[in-house]
Amino acid sequence: MNAADDLLNTDDLELEPLVWDLRLYVAGQTPKCLTAFANLKRLCEEHLEGRYSIEVIDLLQNPQLAEGDQILAIPTLVRRLPNPLRKVIGDLSNEERVLVGLDLRPR
Amino acid sequence: MSEVSPGTPGELPDGPLPKVRSGIRGLDEITGGGLPQGRATLVSGGVGCGKTLFGVEFLVRGAEQFGEPGVLMTFEESPAELVQNVRSLGFDLKRLIAEKRVSLHYVHIDRREIEETGEYDLEGLFVRLNYAIDAIGAKRVMLDTIESIFSGFDNAAILRAELRRLFRWLKDKGVTTVITAEAEGGSLSRHGLEEFLSDCVIRLDRRVSDEVATRRLEIVKYRGSPHGTNEYPFLIDEGGISILPITSIGLQHPVSTERVSTGIPALDQMLGGRGPYRGSSVLVSGTAGTGKTSIAGQMVHAACARGERCLYFAFEEAPEQIIRNLRSIGNDLQPWRDTGMLLFQAARPTLHGLETHLAQIHKCVEEFQPSLVVLDPITNFIMSGSQVQVKAMLIRLIDYLKSRQITGLFTSLVGGDDPVEQSEAGVSSLIDTWILLRFLESNGERNRALYILKSRGMPHSNQVREMLMTESGVELTDVYLGSGGVLTGSARYVQEARERAEALRFRQELDAQERELLRQQRDVERQIETLQADLQARRDRFERLRAHEGQRHAVGLEDRSELARLRHDPAGTTDGRVEPQPSRQVEAP
Repeated sequence: MNAADDLLNTDDLELEPLVWDLRLYVAGQTPKCLTAFANLKRLCEEHLEGRYSIEVIDLLQNPQLAEGDQILAIPTLVRRLPNPLRKVIGDLSNEERVLVGLDLRPR
Repeated sequence: MSEVSPGTPGELPDGPLPKVRSGIRGLDEITGGGLPQGRATLVSGGVGCGKTLFGVEFLVRGAEQFGEPGVLMTFEESPAELVQNVRSLGFDLKRLIAEKRVSLHYVHIDRREIEETGEYDLEGLFVRLNYAIDAIGAKRVMLDTIESIFSGFDNAAILRAELRRLFRWLKDKGVTTVITAEAEGGSLSRHGLEEFLSDCVIRLDRRVSDEVATRRLEIVKYRGSPHGTNEYPFLIDEGGISILPITSIGLQHPVSTERVSTGIPALDQMLGGRGPYRGSSVLVSGTAGTGKTSIAGQMVHAACARGERCLYFAFEEAPEQIIRNLRSIGNDLQPWRDTGMLLFQAARPTLHGLETHLAQIHKCVEEFQPSLVVLDPITNFIMSGSQVQVKAMLIRLIDYLKSRQITGLFTSLVGGDDPVEQSEAGVSSLIDTWILLRFLESNGERNRALYILKSRGMPHSNQVREMLMTESGVELTDVYLGSGGVLTGSARYVQEARERAEALRFRQELDAQERELLRQQRDVERQIETLQADLQARRDRFERLRAHEGQRHAVGLEDRSELARLRHDPAGTTDGRVEPQPSRQVEAP
């Protein structure tokens, strides 16, 4: 039994509406970043419809924000809520890996 | 917003490679001016050999001494830990950070919370670094073990490509960077960073031999610049890193014709009358107890009295003990110690490795600026290294002292059975003035004898002198050289007493002879006087006789005329006979 299953179960029972707070760190409009955003958007619509918010942070605009979430790799997706913090780096092209990374699938 | 992508490459450079002074003691000498400006230097080494400290000192010195702010990006230690760790070495990072002269960034990667999927790059790192550099206008950057990121990500190929890009980018950014890497096995870094960082590679090393650890630094590579190729020992202490450069590359140190007294007039006399040259190396060797330290003490005292500072490295006795013992021969060094003219540094030779000792001696000399340095004794170093190493160390030390015009006094303990001339840790050829002390054993006594084995550049005595420890210091006396060989100690006293007795006896005899002569002279004179008196008496008698004769003649004439008158007397009362007149003169006695 792990946290992901619990989350999914409660999700199914819809006992409480849980908003997923996601952040996508990018650096400019690079192909990788655009791909990542597109992949993320699609994935959220499929699995977290109506229960997510995506904040895209362009480090070229706000470089000071890189430190807070310890961002090295670009693009990086950060799951700020629910706890614990999760990070998925890369263009999010492998859906399975992303779901695992976000604890939407058991590891 | 600043540009993150690499800037435009600069124009083609002319002139020598520009360098930035690191500010790390000794490093700028062996690199010929410092680290390559605007380039990255890889500092590689095993665990605990001082890589982080090297980088931190590079930043701190830059900020404090050269007005170059620095960015420290640490991938391993947390900022709090780092600040605390370097505080013990005298670096106040907290203050520098508050003054915005150094900024400290902690890059932390938790592998457990990261999932990788698809393509990515390390632009986030670039952004952070760029932001940090621009925020304080940094000229120096240190990345402390950037290889740690390899444990945070799976795709090594991406990381390698990104690191290559990072170093390129740093170069274009124009910051001088120190990148630390953990040496592993035979390679300089775990992930082959040296492939990308080809401008300057410095290797730090910490080796333990015979239970003594020594740190060493080597410039493995310095593209476009000549550099020292040796392994240089270095120290880490409360003042940071000090690297000990070998200064003796050229043997071009200035020489002095000034002479310094040893504090023992008779010894100065033996050394061409005025003592050894300033800046020369003096070796005092002898078996145990021959008075090496006593001679050193006299020299120290003399130097302090001239107003010169002395640095005394005691490797065998505690300073207090040396002072107490020297006091017994009337040489009190404590006042010099109190006034700061004399500094003792006491440590067992086995405490550190040779290199560490050497580095420490260097550092002390740099700080204290003495005119005389005493190493008492140098022989104990053999315990902490091989003969070859000891010799190499002493060569460097002697050369170093000479280059600074510092007189070096070394004492050397000779084992009882060793041949005296070869057991001086092989340094005899480096020594300018070699004073040998030894015991001469005879008549059940051991007496100290001193002679000069060599003394370059001056006429020196070839005489063996006996060294006496008196209450007023070390004194030298001539030994008795006679048919029985060299006599010292009581044998010499006996011989001298015998000579004195002989001389006394002779003098007494002479006096007696003189008295006898005087007596005889007086006798003769008295005889002469007597004879003269006798002569005078005879002469007087003769004169009387002559006078008497004259008188008698005169009286005779008178009588005859009377007689004649009487003969004409008719009454004639005479029968013709004349009675002579009695003489009125008295016979002389």
